[in-house]
Amino acid sequence: MANIEEYIPIVGRPIIDDLKLLAEKLKGRVIQHINSTAVGGGVAEILSRMVPLLKELEVDTRWDVIKGGEQFFEVTKKFHNALHGRPEEITQSDFDIFMETSQKNIEALDIHGDIVFVHDPQPIALIKKKAGNKWIWRCHIDVSNPNQRVWGFLENFITNYDSAVFSAPSFSQRLPIRQFLISPSIDPLSDKNKELPQETIDSVLRKYGIKKDKPIITQISRFDGLKDPIGVIEAYKQVKKYFDCQLILAGGGAADDPEGAQVLKEVMARSEHDKDIHVLLLPQDDIVVNALQRASDVIVQKSLKEGFGLTVAEALWKSKPVVASNVGGIPLQIKHKYSGLLCHSIDGASFAIKQFLANPEYAKKLGQNGREHIRNNFLITRHIREYMLLFLSLYHKEDVVYL
Amino acid sequence: MPGLIKAIEPFRFYTRLHLSELTGLRATNLSQLLSVIKQVPGACIYYHTHRFLQQHQYLSPEPPNDFAYWVSKILGEDELGEKLASIDTIQFSTVRSLRDKIIATIEDYLKNNMSANLRFAGEGEEFHFIKSVSFVLSTNYIAYDLREFVDIVKNITIDSIYFHIFESRLRLEKKTNDFSNWIETSIGDKKLSDKISKLDPYTHTLEDLRKTIIKIVEQKLRDS
Repeated sequence: MANIEEYIPIVGRPIIDDLKLLAEKLKGRVIQHINSTAVGGGVAEILSRMVPLLKELEVDTRWDVIKGGEQFFEVTKKFHNALHGRPEEITQSDFDIFMETSQKNIEALDIHGDIVFVHDPQPIALIKKKAGNKWIWRCHIDVSNPNQRVWGFLENFITNYDSAVFSAPSFSQRLPIRQFLISPSIDPLSDKNKELPQETIDSVLRKYGIKKDKPIITQISRFDGLKDPIGVIEAYKQVKKYFDCQLILAGGGAADDPEGAQVLKEVMARSEHDKDIHVLLLPQDDIVVNALQRASDVIVQKSLKEGFGLTVAEALWKSKPVVASNVGGIPLQIKHKYSGLLCHSIDGASFAIKQFLANPEYAKKLGQNGREHIRNNFLITRHIREYMLLFLSLYHKEDVVYL
Repeated sequence: MPGLIKAIEPFRFYTRLHLSELTGLRATNLSQLLSVIKQVPGACIYYHTHRFLQQHQYLSPEPPNDFAYWVSKILGEDELGEKLASIDTIQFSTVRSLRDKIIATIEDYLKNNMSANLRFAGEGEEFHFIKSVSFVLSTNYIAYDLREFVDIVKNITIDSIYFHIFESRLRLEKKTNDFSNWIETSIGDKKLSDKISKLDPYTHTLEDLRKTIIKIVEQKLRDS
């Protein structure tokens, strides 16, 4: 794993110097992250990179994980969907299951942080253990239009925290506590984003039987209705009338997810007569994702809802022209016509893809702008800086803080 | 270097790092925008008139403020958008007076365009009010003369340049930027100080601004 000095060629030494300055201000404080899983999912991915870097900066950072059974995680999955505004039948029994497991975690987990940093709804009830320390609730979900019953239930806990953190302005709610906007980030040195030799890219294409003889349009996402893979196929079909191109739909995670399996089945049915559509059910392999993104001519993220949409940042970091929906955190990453093209519909997506395919110089320019935008705003170094500022904000209430 | 003047007081470089604080306040049409602009803290006005400078530093030498951008792109009120975008921020020495100008511009427009209030932002396109929280830190960089000063300006973060040029002048109400102030009072070079204070920083990208300051100071060093 990369150490902090290795980021200097990418972001410049002064940025790393700033991180060291901030870290000094946090000397003596213990930061305790708590989430629901040590592996898999975006939160664990970010924490697994961030915790070692914070430690290297000498910020005493720990990471604990709550325990829960199958029933508990079924309930939290329902909560997750309901918070995204999807219809879900939530019963009293769901809330009871949630509280029963939460109570066990409250009893079992040792809270020792001066700052306790709780991620997402699963561990939210731990706030009952609040004593004299500071507590932050980090929401990684798009809660712009949440199911009110679930949000109301969570709000009882949220209001006891010192601060909450959201990923996009539209996710903020009227709350009696301070709320901050902190976007997630990508790690430019991780397997998913590091530079790859051309031979690695070529061997991944060979492995999946993809030729580079026509432009490649790609969406990388798990097979989930909210990612609208069917919409992507429709957009591709409109483009295909004018440009001989191919489509890659690649993602994982459907095997143990009945809903995902259904979406995948539908995707297969829609694409079976077109040899230029490559549907790839991938194992967890970041190098493959990296290679497919780098091999693409246009990258699409046509989600109907997004927590943030880090696949957009990943694509832009590789200087790729991106067409993405104007939802969740995506408009923070793409300024329309400056660093990519935003769309609101299948027609809009196909029009934007055609614009890129017909104007390679334009596509290249937007891709380059996109990379600079990601360098300035969405790399892990910015994320670490904002988390340290967030920790410091717990001890300062003013708008201009002199440290 | 012969003739290099030692500063009476050295220049210590600070940096400013910021967090965006969400307010939960939003607007869907012009009246709501106006009403919330009147009540939010100055830190919100500052955020929405300066955010673009830092987040899109490589794109545009004339960063639109968020109000102008939303009014034109979302509400489709191009004329008002243009008026808001062309507010000459450098003419205002306090956030209060900048806010007053924004309010007057929107009120004037609404008086003559009553129907503008009937335009609403679509779902997901509302204006969300955000507040800027600044953290000011002293860096380890100190200049005792103009040569050291320009060498540091070449390497310091863009956040530090931003702090000394924009934030200290407008948000901390120091009247001029810190660089000009130091060059005049500690180096005693009023002419050089004026050259920098006469730059309109809002018409440069931050990297351009850095290059321009370096050029002006290096020219001075060559001439002396």
